[in-house]
Amino acid sequence: MKTLASIFATAVAAVALAVPAHAQQLAPSPTIDAIKARGFVQCGANGTVAGFGLPNAQGVWSGLDVDVCRAVAAAVLGDASKVRYTALTAQQRFTALQSGEVDLLVRNTTWTLSRDVSLGLTFTGVNFYDGQGFIVKKSAGIKSAKELDGATICVQPGTTTELNLADYFRANKLKFTPVVIERLEENIAAYLAGRCDSFTTDVSGLASIRASNVPVPADHVILPEVISKEPLGPSVRKGDQRWADVVRWTFYAMLDAEELGLTSANIDSMLSSTNPAIQRFVGATGGFGAMMGLDNKWSYNIIKQVGNYAESYQRNIVPLGIERGVNRLWTQGGLMYNPPIR
Amino acid sequence: MANGHAAVMGGNAGRPTESKAVQWIRANLFSSWWNTALSLVLLYLLGKFLFWFVGWGVTNAIWYGAATECRAVKGIGACWAVFPEKWRFILFATYPYEDQWRPALSCLIFFFLYAYSALRRNWNTRLPAVWIGGLLAIAVLMWGGILGLAFVPQERWGGLVLTLILSTFGIALAFPLAILLALGRRSHMPAIKSLCVVYIELIRGVPLISLLFMASVMFPLFLPEGITIDKLLRAQIAIIGFAGAYLAEVVRGGLQALPKGQYEAADALGLSYWQATRMIILPQALRLVIPPMVNTFIGLFKDTSLVLIIGLLDILNAAKTAVSDPAWRGFGPDVYFGVSLIYFVFCFAMSKYSQRIEGELNKSKHR
Repeated sequence: MKTLASIFATAVAAVALAVPAHAQQLAPSPTIDAIKARGFVQCGANGTVAGFGLPNAQGVWSGLDVDVCRAVAAAVLGDASKVRYTALTAQQRFTALQSGEVDLLVRNTTWTLSRDVSLGLTFTGVNFYDGQGFIVKKSAGIKSAKELDGATICVQPGTTTELNLADYFRANKLKFTPVVIERLEENIAAYLAGRCDSFTTDVSGLASIRASNVPVPADHVILPEVISKEPLGPSVRKGDQRWADVVRWTFYAMLDAEELGLTSANIDSMLSSTNPAIQRFVGATGGFGAMMGLDNKWSYNIIKQVGNYAESYQRNIVPLGIERGVNRLWTQGGLMYNPPIR
Repeated sequence: MANGHAAVMGGNAGRPTESKAVQWIRANLFSSWWNTALSLVLLYLLGKFLFWFVGWGVTNAIWYGAATECRAVKGIGACWAVFPEKWRFILFATYPYEDQWRPALSCLIFFFLYAYSALRRNWNTRLPAVWIGGLLAIAVLMWGGILGLAFVPQERWGGLVLTLILSTFGIALAFPLAILLALGRRSHMPAIKSLCVVYIELIRGVPLISLLFMASVMFPLFLPEGITIDKLLRAQIAIIGFAGAYLAEVVRGGLQALPKGQYEAADALGLSYWQATRMIILPQALRLVIPPMVNTFIGLFKDTSLVLIIGLLDILNAAKTAVSDPAWRGFGPDVYFGVSLIYFVFCFAMSKYSQRIEGELNKSKHR
């Protein structure tokens, strides 16, 4: 009897010790469990915007947003190719995330208070800082958006773009005539044909239009005013904190790698580096992957298979004619800043 | 020109030395000064358009090469070079590139099934078996996962085969649904009748877009956590439900056009309701409504392109995505022109076939 009691006591003590220790390490994450069970990440992407998410002629997806999905797959599953994409429209995207159709949403979505608070989703960072601007013909001699009083302005309907435009002109007590056209190509055609004096959309879009859609880029200028803040970033469902952490730190790892000078080409040779920050990054010390329930090689896999943020930007965004601008690292005067991995 | 038909009748008495064509032209295009003036103006406009079209679409067009060559001609010629580059994406979208023979073969099986069922001598008990076999083969090809074929999830399906799947299943399953709804609406049982009326009026009262939105945006929120129904399936169900309501009204038109005597004769023979419906009523009623039915089918075939608003890559959306590529941006009209030809071939074939079948089935009525 005594032995039985002592065994029981030992067992209780062991459980009492083990449970909190385990709980401290890993919060339950139904999303990560589901991803590991099914073997791929289900990613909600755009599918129609070059540079962010677009399948090529072979049906292979690429883009800055798509790279975030691939990086998450590399971190969780160790293989960046284990992603399935769901092409989502602007109207569908939040429902698809809320209903569990996709694990994460990376579809050039602006982080706003109302979306973060009331839609049941959590933004995990900003992978592209954008803002709304204006393009005008150089021959018009306009140097600032403040000089656009009385102008006719082409704009796409149904997005915050239209609202920002009205807000800006009202705040500056200027008048304008909107020409609302649904499709981007038709907007560009209308602007080039002179139906409107200016076309407004996100600055990244304007830069790419100026680079590849107008006959002579030098004849057009993008005005210096950026009239809205459009921080675009990935989001996940609320209520799965560990999954949110994984997505957040996956993107931070891409920034951190750029800051440390780690690229997909050199990371193998950096495995033996004595720099403590790099040792932590490649998983040689610290055990940071295990803290999130991942392999300690999580960040190594991201950089080896997807590359750092600069590589992703170079591959996807630069060909559109959009420079790094505010999306440079903080060390180079940009806004991209990640909390340290330690 | 407007009274062409009457003129043909009168024009046959023209001078015998002239050929039939000249007679026809004289009688129809140049019968009065007003007709002559109208004909000349229209001929001039037609010629001008054709001249421009041949210049744009043939002479100045770029048939092969990179997008930069297309940009060099600055819009005076069409850019058909986008097709050699993008045709596989337009037809098969994001289906794995090396496995695209599978959707290609699936399309061929669909064509075979259409052609096979179009011939009246195949309308026998073997037809359902052929369809089931064909659809099974398509399912195996598209999904894979057995016989050494790699599994391909539905979200990678796209292009022409998606359009064919949506419209074939839409038409095939909406048809029986429509017959039941039409019979239900004419039923004497109040519960069934009101149910059918409410369904038809509700569905017809909203556009297809709103049904697709319901299926893709609202429906998933009603499902318990963790259960998701595939996007394609949801869209397919919405399309079937929508087409069913419209077809039901067409079928009801046929039912109402039948003389009352047919119903009474069936009753007098002692046939049960279902026997009478199957053997007497429906064969006659459906024959009457072939033109409006095909009209609905053609409409439905084109309506499947609306799935682009829920992010499915049907052939039109695949074409749109193909020209989102910055290299090819701005060549939308060229690509849309090509896709519209594909739509036209299908719709024209349906229309021609319905004319023929109508003639064959209504032979008894011709005197």
